[in-house]
Amino acid sequence: MRDVAVIGVGCTNFGEWWDRSFRNLFVEAGVMAIEDANLAGEQIDAMYVGNMSAGRFIEQEHIGALIADYSGLATENIPSTRVEAACASGGLAFREAVIAVASGMANIAVAAGVEKMTDVDTSLSTDALAAAADREWEGFVGATFPGLYAMIATDYMHRYPLTREQLAQVAIKNHYNGARNPIAQFQKEITLDTVLNSTMVADPLRLFDCSPITDGAAAVVVAPLETAKKYTDTPIKVLATAQASDTIALHDRRDISTLDATVAAGNRAFKMAGLERKDIDFVEVHDCFTIAEICAIEDLGFCKKGEAGRLTAEGYTALDGNLPVNTSGGLKACGHPVGATGIKQVYEAVLQLRGDAGKRQVAGAEIGMTQNVGGTGATVAAHIFGRT
Amino acid sequence: MVGIITYGAYIPRYRIKLEEIARVWGDNAADITGGLGVREKSLPDMDEDTATIAVEAARNALLRRDLDRDAIGAIYVGSESHPYAVKPTAATVGAAIMATPVMTAADYEFACKAGTAAMQTCMGLVGSGMVKYGVAIGADVAQGAPGDALEYTAAAGGAAMIIGNDDPIAEINRTCSFTTDTPDFWRREGQAYPRHGGRFTGDPGYFKHVQGAARMMLEQAGTKPSDYDYAIFHQPNAKFPQRVAGMLGFTKEQITPGLVVPRLGNTYSGASMVGLAATLDIAKPGDRIFVTSFGSGAGSDAFDITVTDRILDEAVFNRGAAPSVEGLLANPIYVDYARYAKHKGKIMVQK
Amino acid sequence: MSVPRFWRKIPQRYNLEGTHCEVCGRYFFPPRNLCPDCRRDGKIVGHTFKGTGKIVTYSVIRTASDQFADLTPYVLAIVELEEGARMTAQVVVENPEDVYIGMPVKSVFRRLGTDGESGVISYGTKFVPA
Repeated sequence: MRDVAVIGVGCTNFGEWWDRSFRNLFVEAGVMAIEDANLAGEQIDAMYVGNMSAGRFIEQEHIGALIADYSGLATENIPSTRVEAACASGGLAFREAVIAVASGMANIAVAAGVEKMTDVDTSLSTDALAAAADREWEGFVGATFPGLYAMIATDYMHRYPLTREQLAQVAIKNHYNGARNPIAQFQKEITLDTVLNSTMVADPLRLFDCSPITDGAAAVVVAPLETAKKYTDTPIKVLATAQASDTIALHDRRDISTLDATVAAGNRAFKMAGLERKDIDFVEVHDCFTIAEICAIEDLGFCKKGEAGRLTAEGYTALDGNLPVNTSGGLKACGHPVGATGIKQVYEAVLQLRGDAGKRQVAGAEIGMTQNVGGTGATVAAHIFGRT
Repeated sequence: MVGIITYGAYIPRYRIKLEEIARVWGDNAADITGGLGVREKSLPDMDEDTATIAVEAARNALLRRDLDRDAIGAIYVGSESHPYAVKPTAATVGAAIMATPVMTAADYEFACKAGTAAMQTCMGLVGSGMVKYGVAIGADVAQGAPGDALEYTAAAGGAAMIIGNDDPIAEINRTCSFTTDTPDFWRREGQAYPRHGGRFTGDPGYFKHVQGAARMMLEQAGTKPSDYDYAIFHQPNAKFPQRVAGMLGFTKEQITPGLVVPRLGNTYSGASMVGLAATLDIAKPGDRIFVTSFGSGAGSDAFDITVTDRILDEAVFNRGAAPSVEGLLANPIYVDYARYAKHKGKIMVQK
Repeated sequence: MSVPRFWRKIPQRYNLEGTHCEVCGRYFFPPRNLCPDCRRDGKIVGHTFKGTGKIVTYSVIRTASDQFADLTPYVLAIVELEEGARMTAQVVVENPEDVYIGMPVKSVFRRLGTDGESGVISYGTKFVPA
């Protein structure tokens, strides 16, 4: 298995784009990535696209073919595959692309993610997102997606010393970072009052604890490390790729407040990279809800269970802290076009490691990590990246 | 002898006071409560309906005395508010008490006496040896048009009587019925609310039929009112059953345990059966109970019942294993008219 | 939910009919036909749950999908049934503030929803304080 590097990245602005369709969005991201990699389209050997629910949002399946076609690559008859794991679709698409190149099956592979969520009304998008959980035994009896994470929060706050204010700090930090990220849906900083006075969605989670409905696409190009310098001066090495699964329903988990799939994927990633937690300079985690970031920091092994809230409040995870978390603004401030998020995380990691993260640059960043979660934790993809 | 093997009741926890309804419609509360003898009535939770009430009543009956579910051979549910016009509540009850598939079932309608008609059918099936146990349920989420007199008493609740002849807790000595074609109260297919003939519902309706069946029963049984310990009459309000009891020669003491309408309202198909359940809750072996239901349209079913010693025999029947009617009436949750209207589906929502 | 899909699970939804692995002793609701611990070495039999349990975690849902919008605010909980299996269900209380982790509950038969004004009514199990 050969080493893989990211040689190009692209990402659309995330937001509510009435004028742009599903096809517009991924073509935009794809073109950006290919140009960033100084590639010609014919050089692409394979495409992997993460998308959760085009069937519900735009009544379209067969996304792999659609993407190849609208990228102008159907004429090259390239293999194009849609990857789905709810909110982890992007992370898994990236992993598939890495595996294809690492194995030698492909020399240049594109990993993209796209979701167009705003063509349908909120009721339908809420229902489509609920399919990330167990429809039969959670959704059908009244569980909403925020409701499930709210139950994690209730359990967590019952057992560990996390306060409502500490939880809010996750959102405040991420909006601060998002205000420094041109692609983020939300560009304004927020205060504690904003979070604590926002509408209650599912106790204890309020509107500002929840990531929004968003349109967006992102794409990255991977190539063997040994040839990466042909395409870019700043190839970013994929030090580890890992994936894990867990029970789909929250009620079947071993421990409601611990995402065992994150623990497993994290451990596998660190083992593959031969690194320790202290080697990580920044990490993009899946903050679909503020509580998810708290759990992610702990379950990836950066601190003990119960500590992440205090650490967040103390600034440990801020842009200038010991371990910046979600320098992009996370899902909370960037928005969460479901299938695109996992690829956007790679995009952010690459920008940071290239030194191109502008106002949110982590000084001296050498090694970064991404963690992408599907549903309430039934799928997790984790990757570690390093400067070459 | 054919009798009641076990029984159960269910009443939703929500209540609205009649004075609150009167407040909304500009009526004089004291006149209304004084005239009807009813202070408050029950209403269902947002996720309750006749089927859920019927299931809870049947399950409560089975908590008191577990029966071989394969031996339950018939289920009849009488109601004016079946959730479907076509698709029987009885089949849902059957699935929920695990009596399916070997059983017969159907839904009944005969205004407030559909449940007692179900009892008679089960008596016939059991008595003829066709089934071992038959479940008869009267349950309703009664509707009264907003602003109409019926709105003051239309309530939600139900009771299940499981009929058999194997060690009943109460033997049904005899049943007889008095039925005519009388348009005292009706609801046309597709209409949301029933209509009624006002004062016509009294003498030509309720009083003629209740007395018709009751007098027929006393004659056939060769009994006098004083031979009975308790009497239950259909209770659309508190005044009618008190008046008909007096006309027939029954006393206030005899009808009191079964007269739950002041605190419950009229549960239509559930009314007489809930009254019977409340009486069985306190009955002793040897007690003799007289029941006459009434359903508009119109008809009355009368029953002559003798309680056996099985009612106190904990080896076969545990009366305390399910809530009594008094227990179901305790701890009510009071709501205002707006909440009541929301629960009863009286607020038009965009569908 | 489509008609056949709902109908298929009526015994589970109405009566908490689940399964039990006789080899390791675990109880499953919703039912599993393959024990996740024993897998092919397990022996699965049917088990009807008693319906008693306690609340493990919960949330008060204030914003819901159309299907449940009439019920808000309602309590969603993970209930641990007495036999050990955990399930997700609504807990019916007048005051959501009364709910707490560890609260004993028992099952009741309620409407889960309808497929619009003319569609099928879905019934199932919710819980109330015991």
